[in-house]
Amino acid sequence: MTRAGRLRTLSTTVAAALLLVSCGDQELPQNALDPQGPVAQKLANLINPVFAVAAVVFVLVQGLVLYSALRFRRRSDDEAPRQVHGNAKMELGWTIAPALILLVISVFTVGTIADINRKAEGADVVSVNVTGHQWWWEFEYPDRGVVTANELHIPTGREVALRLTSDDVIHSFWPPKLAGKLDVIPGRANFMTLEADEPGTYFGQCAEFCGLSHADMRLRVVAHTPEDFDEWVRTNAAPAERPTEGEAGEGAALFRQKGCASCHTVNGYSAGELGPDLTHLQQRKVFAGATFDLNEQNLRVWLRDPPGEKPGSLMPNLELSEDEITKLIAYLETLK
Amino acid sequence: MATKERSLAHEEPVTPAPEHHHATNTGLSNEKLAMWAFLGSECLLFGALISTYFLYRGRSLSGPTTDIYDIPYTSVSSFVLLMSSLTMVLALAAIQRGDYRRLRVWLLATALLGASFIAGQVYEFTSFIREGLTIKTNLFGSSFFVLTGFHGVHVTLGIVMLLSLWNLSLRGSLTQERSEVVEIAGLYWHFVDVVWIVIFTVVYLIPT
Amino acid sequence: MTTVLEPPSPEALTTAPADDTGLMRRPTEPQGVWSWITTVDHKRIGILYGVTAFIFFLAGGIEALLLRLQLAKPNGTVLGAAAYNEVFTMHGTTMVFLVVMPLSAAFFNFMMPLQIGARDVAFPRLNAFSYWAFLFGGLFLYSSFLLGGAPDGGWFGYAPNTSIVFSPGHGIDFWVFGLQILGIASTVSAVNFIVTMLNMRAPGMTLMRMPIFSWMTLISSFLILFAMPVITVALFLLAFDRNFGANFFNPAAGGDPVLWQHLFWIFGHPEVYILILPAMGMVSEVLPVFSRKPLFGYPVMVFSGIAIGFMGWGVWVHHMFSVGLGPVAVSAFSLSTMFIAVPTGVKIFNWIATTWKGSLKLSTPMLFAMGFVAMFTIGGLSGVTHAVAPHDRQQTDTYYVVAHFHYVLFGGALFGIMAGIYYWWPKIFGTMLNERLGKLNFWTWFLGFNMAFGPMHILGLQGMPRRIYTYDDSLGLNVWNMVSTVGAFIIAFSVSVFMFNIWHSHKRNRVQAPGDPWDARTLEWSISSPPPHYNFAEIPTVHALDEFWHRKYTEDDDGRPVRVAGSPGSEGDDAAHDDHGDDDHGHGIHMPSPSYFPLVAAFGLPVMGYGMVYGRSSGQSYVVVVLGALILLGGLFAWAMEPSAEPEEEGQEVIEPATDDQPALVTAGGEEPAPAPAPEESGS
Repeated sequence: MTRAGRLRTLSTTVAAALLLVSCGDQELPQNALDPQGPVAQKLANLINPVFAVAAVVFVLVQGLVLYSALRFRRRSDDEAPRQVHGNAKMELGWTIAPALILLVISVFTVGTIADINRKAEGADVVSVNVTGHQWWWEFEYPDRGVVTANELHIPTGREVALRLTSDDVIHSFWPPKLAGKLDVIPGRANFMTLEADEPGTYFGQCAEFCGLSHADMRLRVVAHTPEDFDEWVRTNAAPAERPTEGEAGEGAALFRQKGCASCHTVNGYSAGELGPDLTHLQQRKVFAGATFDLNEQNLRVWLRDPPGEKPGSLMPNLELSEDEITKLIAYLETLK
Repeated sequence: MATKERSLAHEEPVTPAPEHHHATNTGLSNEKLAMWAFLGSECLLFGALISTYFLYRGRSLSGPTTDIYDIPYTSVSSFVLLMSSLTMVLALAAIQRGDYRRLRVWLLATALLGASFIAGQVYEFTSFIREGLTIKTNLFGSSFFVLTGFHGVHVTLGIVMLLSLWNLSLRGSLTQERSEVVEIAGLYWHFVDVVWIVIFTVVYLIPT
Repeated sequence: MTTVLEPPSPEALTTAPADDTGLMRRPTEPQGVWSWITTVDHKRIGILYGVTAFIFFLAGGIEALLLRLQLAKPNGTVLGAAAYNEVFTMHGTTMVFLVVMPLSAAFFNFMMPLQIGARDVAFPRLNAFSYWAFLFGGLFLYSSFLLGGAPDGGWFGYAPNTSIVFSPGHGIDFWVFGLQILGIASTVSAVNFIVTMLNMRAPGMTLMRMPIFSWMTLISSFLILFAMPVITVALFLLAFDRNFGANFFNPAAGGDPVLWQHLFWIFGHPEVYILILPAMGMVSEVLPVFSRKPLFGYPVMVFSGIAIGFMGWGVWVHHMFSVGLGPVAVSAFSLSTMFIAVPTGVKIFNWIATTWKGSLKLSTPMLFAMGFVAMFTIGGLSGVTHAVAPHDRQQTDTYYVVAHFHYVLFGGALFGIMAGIYYWWPKIFGTMLNERLGKLNFWTWFLGFNMAFGPMHILGLQGMPRRIYTYDDSLGLNVWNMVSTVGAFIIAFSVSVFMFNIWHSHKRNRVQAPGDPWDARTLEWSISSPPPHYNFAEIPTVHALDEFWHRKYTEDDDGRPVRVAGSPGSEGDDAAHDDHGDDDHGHGIHMPSPSYFPLVAAFGLPVMGYGMVYGRSSGQSYVVVVLGALILLGGLFAWAMEPSAEPEEEGQEVIEPATDDQPALVTAGGEEPAPAPAPEESGS
């Protein structure tokens, strides 16, 4: 094959590979290019034409640069190009044309800004208070008596009105497939609307640098059908029963003795407020800022040394023995 | 080039080679243009501090706020500072007509008036502290002390400059040809005074 | 008295004062380390800035490689969270304040006075002070690594994360006071350059005949002058919160953390124009020279630069679109951000038009300059997408933003600066950099850069936030992160090629550079490479934009350049133009004497800094602040009082310049100088 031919084959292969890799069947749980709710869809509808225009401008400008580099390359040393100093008409042209394009974009932009800032209203709206902590998310449903952590459960097809604030530093609440991010700021309340089209789990992350475990402050938005959501609410609003027997009973006792109760709320008998509410821990699939899947193995590793797993974690290393850990896990497993 | 022996009575000191002021494109000397540029920068500095004060007006959660002011007292010290701008102008006029003795009188007067202003501020600050307002107390305490404190530091540095000029004049190095130095120091001094007028109006006089 | 045509000896150019007070004696060595330490020569200061900034560039680059190594794979173990946060904070702080700004300053220093036909800047000692303050500020900042940990709050230091409560260590204190020292260096420099450009242009050089790089220097200097005080205030407020218990950013007392953001970004946005305008100026110099055509639309290029300078003050909230400031503010700033794209786009089109129908020589400087145009366009386009505020709620704080600003700062500023380095290298050092190595440098730089940062657009949109020390395997971000890391190492290779080029071109195959190797357009090319100590034997009189070009070429009826007979470098040119400073045609030129005191004064700054850092934890350390202030003030006093450069020592020759009325006068030192017209002196 000729050199040019080989080059062509190589570049085609590379391009194809890149394309496959970026759009292929790989799971992309936080993909902002894949809106799954009306708010995210509005954002996508606004930006997609802009991306297209940008692509056109990109091709045009790069084309001109490449073209001039090749076409006007000096071929002999005595070339004497005409000393053109400028052209008023062209200046006007390439000032006005981009300004007009931007004007059009800005009209749609302002429209969308107004739209997404509209507060959700109506009886159907689900209200949730979101509080960012270092390094986990607290979700409280004030009308429904539910408090949970790291997983925001919502019904599909209904607007969810979030009131967001922070307990310590600035964080940012971001579920990309459902909405753009909004900061949570101590001393301030922010408001946004969320909605999911289909049931499913939508991943998100804290998106404002907030210290050591910023990378480990993740979240899930779990959308249920409205019926399933009501069921979830019912389960999570109920207080927990406190086991008294067996390993779980001993674990419950340890929970108080070791000081866990001074940080963690368990609805009905423990009123700590510094850490996540654990009343219905088993209703969640993740823990520790949605960083770990909730299972026995991970809980064990966590309880051995929380700051070791999550740098800067405010939950201390309690120097628990393996036996104590087993009992505590047995207890935690009763928190359904 | 400093030649040190000088008596106060000697009105025509031996001068070093005269300052060469070459033609500049703007007509302003480099030094004067530099001072104007620097003062432009200072406008942003004080602007940011004043904006911060404004933002936090009425937002203190506890502790004393503007009720702690003693407006008559501060008016007097503001007047003192204002007068110092007058004496600064007189100092410049003196050197421009070669009257070195009056130059020194008015320079010293400006420095003393400035120092009185500072003394007044120190007294004001200490009485506020006694009455329970410190930089830690609340938003008002923080923004008030930082804003007026920065201004006070600027005045103090100005006083240092004025005393240096006074000293230079004593040694015979500050001659009529070099009067622009006094003019430039005056620009700084007047600026600091204008900033105070803004602060006094915005911080003290305008009610919350 | 006969006219003396002997060149001034080096000693005559750096004179010793008659005042014998040992301490106040101006230094006299023209060579050696001491001469560099006491230099007030803008060219040497430029070199000092450049070399120092390049070393910091290597530090920042190593920091980048560490970050990329950590992120190459999910759940990486190269850097733990604490170390990662320090490294990314220092990487950003280094690249912005210790690399791009001082590299630009290096060129402002060396080239701008030459371009405007001046002998030095308005305040040479102040210039030296700026450099030393920069060096000490950078060292102070980096000393934190050895003194309990580097700052770890990000280059943007958001409150309340940087408060005492959440950042109890000294890292943030080093950041605060380090930046204050650097801010003093920059502000003082800005004053110096503004006065120089407004006051010291050669006769006939109106502002609209000033070279475009000098114009960008002027605009950037005004931006520095006005932007620095705002971050100064922000840093002081943070320092007072940390050191003295103030409440500016304390939510418990009603303080608003968003105030920090406003103050920081009111500085921060003009700052990015400070970072890019100089490189745009460099590109605007290189493209015409290597196209053999003038810059297309010079007045528009000047005015678009000014427009960007002004409009840059009205867009800062676009860094805060997800803060929740409300639809009115967001809409206003969304619009202003979109419209600042207009003057920026105008520049792109003017650059393309410059090369259009030119005669392009694709030497290394030209490759970097055209690379700038291509890469900056990409950064500009992603910037426009950011302006679409609703979607910026997806883009902000993700790797999409990281991609954007690296395309404008690396693809833009650094490409432009590399163009400037390769272009002006012969003028600064008198040698030519190797062209083949230069091309290898360019292509590996271009490849590595696009590989490192291109994929970040995708990563951001696919949900990767920024400032994270790791990411989970389940997010599908693995492949592009790995590609990006490989790209970063290709950049590292390219930098090594660059360094090798320097070594090779000096130690192995040194090629002497002529005064005008590129057949260029502006005044710095009319003198030798490197220039003589005093720059111009005779200050030129300027008749046009691109004055030097017009001395070499006129235009025929078709508008094509025709060499002027006998002009520099033409066939009929007999005069020796590679004037290395020996023959100054009988002009005695007094250059400002070197001085110790800028360095002494600057030294007071880090001393004050350490006092403030440790004062927070031990009140006694505030004494050190007083000590530092005394050093600073003492240095400043001595500087103000030290004798200026009048040569009066016995035995020294003084050469007064020839004028229309009289030939050059020579007097033996120590005699009463005969009344002479003012010598060419450049201020204090």
